Amino acid sequence: MIRALTIWLMISVAPAFVKAGDTLRVGASSHFKSIKAGLLQAEKGDVLLIEKGFYAEGTILIDKSITIAGVGRPVIDGENKHEILQITADSVLITGLQIQNVGVSYTKDFAGITGEKVSHCVIDDNILLNTFFGIYLKKAKNCRITNNKIVGQAAKEISSGNAIHLWYCKNIEVLNNKVNKHRDGIYLEFVDSTLISHNLSEHNLRYGLHFMFSNHDNYIGNTFRNNGAGVAVMFSKQIQMIDNNFLNNWGAASYGLLLKEIYDGKIEGNTFSMNTIGMYGESATRISIAHNDFKQNGWAVKFLGSSMDNEFTYNNFIGNTFDLTTDSGRNNNRYIHNYWSKYTGYDLDKDGYGDVPYRPMKLFSYIINKSGSSIILLRSFFMDLINFAEKVTPVFTPATLVDNSPLMKPYHD
Amino acid sequence: MIKILKYTCFDMLRSWWSYAYFLFYFVTSATLLNFSADASRAITSLMNIIITLCPLISTLLVVMYYYSSREFIELLLAQPLKRSSLLKGQFIGLAGSLSLSFTFGLLIPFLIFGLLSSENIINLSTLIGIGVLLTFIFSALGYLVALHHENKIKGFGTAIFIWLFMAVIYDGLFLFTLVLFNDYPTDKIALGLSFLNPIDLARIIMMLKLDISALMGYTGALFNSFFGSNTGLIISVAASIIWVIFPTHLFLRKAARKDF
Repeated sequence: MIRALTIWLMISVAPAFVKAGDTLRVGASSHFKSIKAGLLQAEKGDVLLIEKGFYAEGTILIDKSITIAGVGRPVIDGENKHEILQITADSVLITGLQIQNVGVSYTKDFAGITGEKVSHCVIDDNILLNTFFGIYLKKAKNCRITNNKIVGQAAKEISSGNAIHLWYCKNIEVLNNKVNKHRDGIYLEFVDSTLISHNLSEHNLRYGLHFMFSNHDNYIGNTFRNNGAGVAVMFSKQIQMIDNNFLNNWGAASYGLLLKEIYDGKIEGNTFSMNTIGMYGESATRISIAHNDFKQNGWAVKFLGSSMDNEFTYNNFIGNTFDLTTDSGRNNNRYIHNYWSKYTGYDLDKDGYGDVPYRPMKLFSYIINKSGSSIILLRSFFMDLINFAEKVTPVFTPATLVDNSPLMKPYHD
Repeated sequence: MIKILKYTCFDMLRSWWSYAYFLFYFVTSATLLNFSADASRAITSLMNIIITLCPLISTLLVVMYYYSSREFIELLLAQPLKRSSLLKGQFIGLAGSLSLSFTFGLLIPFLIFGLLSSENIINLSTLIGIGVLLTFIFSALGYLVALHHENKIKGFGTAIFIWLFMAVIYDGLFLFTLVLFNDYPTDKIALGLSFLNPIDLARIIMMLKLDISALMGYTGALFNSFFGSNTGLIISVAASIIWVIFPTHLFLRKAARKDF
């Protein structure tokens, strides 16, 4: 009853400019026995109701502006050979379907749902199982991908695709999706003005979220965990990353968040926990990094010398093996008012900020950059000794890499 | 041998050493468990204490015990008694009683605080394991030193130097080597060198059990496969057992040839 009501609501609230059309029923006991037969008869603005059942019809081309709604979650199967739904018309709404077994191809990007040069499409509340690519939009505009669950069976990077793949798109909203076991969870290339919010991306082989050449995008409140290499944001400008969780990207070469050639972004209110490297920056420039929690990472922050003019303020660094490391002898970033759990200074004037500067970079971090295998001396007495010596008189670590006024207590909003 | 072992143990129990040693570990681990938020942190701190202190105490105590019981040993050697069984008995008695004080000192606070999740039990038993291994290794080294030097001052000096070398200086030289040969692949050397020092070895065994080991895999493929598998653990434990057997064998041979 509730489901029927939601579908009814969805249909009635569907893009307003679509004129109210007919309802065509597809199902074993209905007028149309196959989806393709129903599509043939449908006209712009019609609603195609697919009843519970199993449909294996190869690739289904949707070239009319219609609504396709599943009742009781019908299964559309690609028999591991085909791509399944292919949208070429604007204002298509797809909801309530279970789409499964997309074919794997090394030359074509087969997907559960493909949209090419479309606008105002809505893909809502679908389950996609065993997909090569899950949802794939090319040159699309003003679309919404919401509440979908996309589960792949990726075993190797070379023979797997991405759960949500956007290419040359604009104004897309990707909300509340659950994506896992693909190559990349969410992949964006040349995608502008897009909102990625409250998605859960886990157990992907490579990145939970992967940005390339995409500008003015926001990603807010997402959770990325147990992915092969965390989240990568590359060659992009004006990206806002707010309130996300980067968790458990643990192991060799795993990052919570990898930044490469990023300009003018904002990274605020995120949690980085249990990653080998919480945040890694290469040529990351003019980014404001504030109010983030870095907890129990191997390296909380690793910023290479090419990263400049970034500002770290009011972040909490708690229980990380190394708080910060860089490969450069100079420091071009600003660190102020952060909380460092390893800070041992005092606050005589009781203003909440320590009176003694804190040097987040340890000599040991410097040595590991020079000679990687010296990490085998981690937690040895000798390392503690030389770290202490360096703390007292810095010689090797950048002299200006210092938080002059560290917080005495962790920052809370 | 068993009789000697028993008497050495009783002797130790009568001296305040065992109790002080037990009390030290008891107080330290109880404090750490009480004040740190989670047990794995306390275990890491305890590891640092154990790998520096166990070797120091066992070497010094063995050297001291040997010098003070020198006349008693000579007396016993006049009896129809095998040299090796006399010294083996004493060695096992000393190292065993130290290990017992250490084990209880660690175990009881964990029992009191009820930290008995399976993860904690594994970590704690690893901790006790490396402590016991280190005690035996350094007791054997202590015997070696004491048998070598008739002069007490020289004996103590050498014992302290051996501890200082293993605990601090070795790692310095180790690091120096790694930095010096930076242009070459050094991860094999690094692993090899850490097997030559029982303290480093103990540290590595403990790390293998903590999830921090993943961090070490970050720098190279060899470390990744070593620290990411059980093979690493088996090899390191085997190496530390060799570290017990080898000095024991050496000091027994030394004793057999010594002119008392």
